Amino acid sequence: MNKKKRKQKPVDAIVNVLFCGTGGQGVLTAAEICALAAMNSGYHVKKSEVHGMAQRGGSVESHIRFGARIFSPLIQPLQADYIVCFHEGEGKRLNGYLKKGGRSFLGFMQDARFQPADKRFFNTYYLGILSAFLPMPEEAWQAALTKQLKRALAENKQAFGDGRKAGLMALGKQEK
Amino acid sequence: MIAGQVFPPRRGPLKASLWRLRKHLTDHSWQTINVIQDIMETQKSSTHMELLSGDEAVARGAWEAGLRVACAYPGTPSTEILETLAEFDDVDAQWSVNEKVAFEVALGSSIAGGRSLYASKHVGLNVAMDPLMTASYTGVNAGFVAVVCDDPGLASSQNEQDTRWVGMYAKLPVIEPASPAEAYLFIREAFTISEQFDTPVLFRMTTRVAHTKENVATGPRDPVALRPFATDIPKYVMVPRNAYRKHILIEKRLLQLAKLSEKTPLNRVEKGSPKLGFITSGIPYQYLKENYPDASYLKLGFTYPFCDKKIAKFAQSVKDLVVVEELDPIIEEHVKTLGIKARAKQATFRIGELLPEHMPLIYKGASKKEEASTARKPVLCPGCPHRFVFSVLKRNKAIVTGDIGCYTLAATPPLSTLHTCLCMGSSITLHEGFRRVMPGAKVVGVLGDSTFVHSGVTGLINAVYNKMTGLIIILDNSTTAMTGGQNHPATGKTIRDEATKQLSLENICTACGVDNVDVIDPKNIKELDALVKRRLAENALSVIVARRPCKLIDREKLPMPEYDRVKCKTCGLCFNLDCPALVKTDDGYVEINQSLCAGCYLCAETCPADALIPSVKGPSL
Repeated sequence: MNKKKRKQKPVDAIVNVLFCGTGGQGVLTAAEICALAAMNSGYHVKKSEVHGMAQRGGSVESHIRFGARIFSPLIQPLQADYIVCFHEGEGKRLNGYLKKGGRSFLGFMQDARFQPADKRFFNTYYLGILSAFLPMPEEAWQAALTKQLKRALAENKQAFGDGRKAGLMALGKQEK
Repeated sequence: MIAGQVFPPRRGPLKASLWRLRKHLTDHSWQTINVIQDIMETQKSSTHMELLSGDEAVARGAWEAGLRVACAYPGTPSTEILETLAEFDDVDAQWSVNEKVAFEVALGSSIAGGRSLYASKHVGLNVAMDPLMTASYTGVNAGFVAVVCDDPGLASSQNEQDTRWVGMYAKLPVIEPASPAEAYLFIREAFTISEQFDTPVLFRMTTRVAHTKENVATGPRDPVALRPFATDIPKYVMVPRNAYRKHILIEKRLLQLAKLSEKTPLNRVEKGSPKLGFITSGIPYQYLKENYPDASYLKLGFTYPFCDKKIAKFAQSVKDLVVVEELDPIIEEHVKTLGIKARAKQATFRIGELLPEHMPLIYKGASKKEEASTARKPVLCPGCPHRFVFSVLKRNKAIVTGDIGCYTLAATPPLSTLHTCLCMGSSITLHEGFRRVMPGAKVVGVLGDSTFVHSGVTGLINAVYNKMTGLIIILDNSTTAMTGGQNHPATGKTIRDEATKQLSLENICTACGVDNVDVIDPKNIKELDALVKRRLAENALSVIVARRPCKLIDREKLPMPEYDRVKCKTCGLCFNLDCPALVKTDDGYVEINQSLCAGCYLCAETCPADALIPSVKGPSL
């Protein structure tokens, strides 16, 4: 019975992105932008996180799921399409969520750390890389950035654009 | 007749209530069901789409339902409800001193004729239990909803109680949304039910619903007029004679609510395979749909009073019936009392939060395996003023009766300098209890500024009155830090950051009759240490107000201390401070994380070998 049910799961159209890091890294803001971009693109989005202790340096996880219709706000183990980590230890800790053929951004994180000249724009650069892998159009991301970021919007958008280029390049290489 | 004002109507109660019920269902609920059945359809046609958390959705829905007054004391995961409501100018929103006060203010507004809302976390409701139990008797005038967020999995709480019991205990209806979009729709329903059945409504959410975000199609604010207030002594004055009569009416109200429960679309059947059926409520519904998309569902959104007939009919329609609910077996036990054969989760799943991957285990009847958490534990921030106080208390080997707040983190090793944490305000009273049995011991009660105002001050008055001696330290960081930095009476600012009269902590302690009241900046650690020693030696009741703003307010950073590896004896005393900026190398030496270090120099003060030296000379360093 169980096996039969599992086959019928409507998971094909759903994208699961797991953001993780520690308190104060801007994980939640990055996840919010991603969720807004998905909403702007017409998807049903559910984003789940637990905050409260997050500011005190504890683990921070944000689960984002989008598609035609989403039920669970949480990603199940072995179902994450992407793990976007902001902290190496946290990324490794949650590797069990990654589905077969899913992608951990651990490598990107290590590269991206040296990319934007100004470290403050690391997060938007990093999001730019992620955006290359997700089906949302660039306008949806731009609108989300505008809504969510109050300061240094132009610089952030620049960093996002650079990240997106880097992401598209990495994606191109992978496809070849 | 103004609906809701007189309950039940003095002539022909049943007939009138049926009329109201019918009106209620035609007016409102059937629209709701269409919306719920396909949230996505409505959302496609809506131009106003927002990504809202459960808390924000409740606030938005309540505002649209014409909410006038909203009161709360901050508490994870309910805090954002009031924070969101405070953004609407036409809602009179406040941080109340505590939950009891919040509940009473909101209920008063309801009786006077304005729709009102109370919000708190589960343990907050305990503080408001006294007014709640009798508010069930008085009923309401304009709609009154108590939104209560449970915290299964204890993301930031001291216990895992299930608020649905409170609905049964207080004989109040319980509404339970399973997503932000439902929370938005159901809160309107809650106000309608409250007015039509003359009852406060318990609106129960959980952390996972409160802190999940989802697209919600929002609308404009309904023009809801104030209801006229008419003096009604038998209704609002709960003396024994009146209360007895009200109790009769409340039992009748429960029967009428049970009828509503049968018909309301909040309890909906989703027909699927007749082989497998789930009775569920709240977030487990979402997890089940994910794992068993073809099963049949009875999804309860109006959990109490139960819809017995609907449950029985649903049970007959499926071969294998499984009840899945988070925390306590409330639906499960009720289904069993109806004589219905149903399977349910093993008792081990009553503990902690349910997760999507638990569903197949529950279905199979397996037990939960406890796994040690590998998540990083929260710690006091670098530069946190509390760390200075706990460093002094650790040196003095004090027994610390603690309280609810960031400073509870001082209990985690290696700091381990907080020895009790029970509930809000209990530090002062447990301190008194300890001192009564251990009069000579160095016991110190420690609590925050917001907690002191919430319910610490009553314990302090008790200590003075009952001739207690000892030492209480108020960690005054000028905010309610743990919940994200909310104002309270001693910050002198309202929920909207407007200036108001500021409560003076030292004056109120003096007014209570405390022998010694000192105010000190805990960063002056040598003076603080001397003061603590002196006060502990005296036969008097003393309060020290350790005043320094939270590091999340005063973000000023000084350069990190200089570290001399040669002088370092690797004694590890600095690591006992549990500062996230100090990293221990494999050979026991110190590595300072520059981006984390706030330059508080407590480690330098602690180092006996002068291996850590402040880069800037402070007042007493």
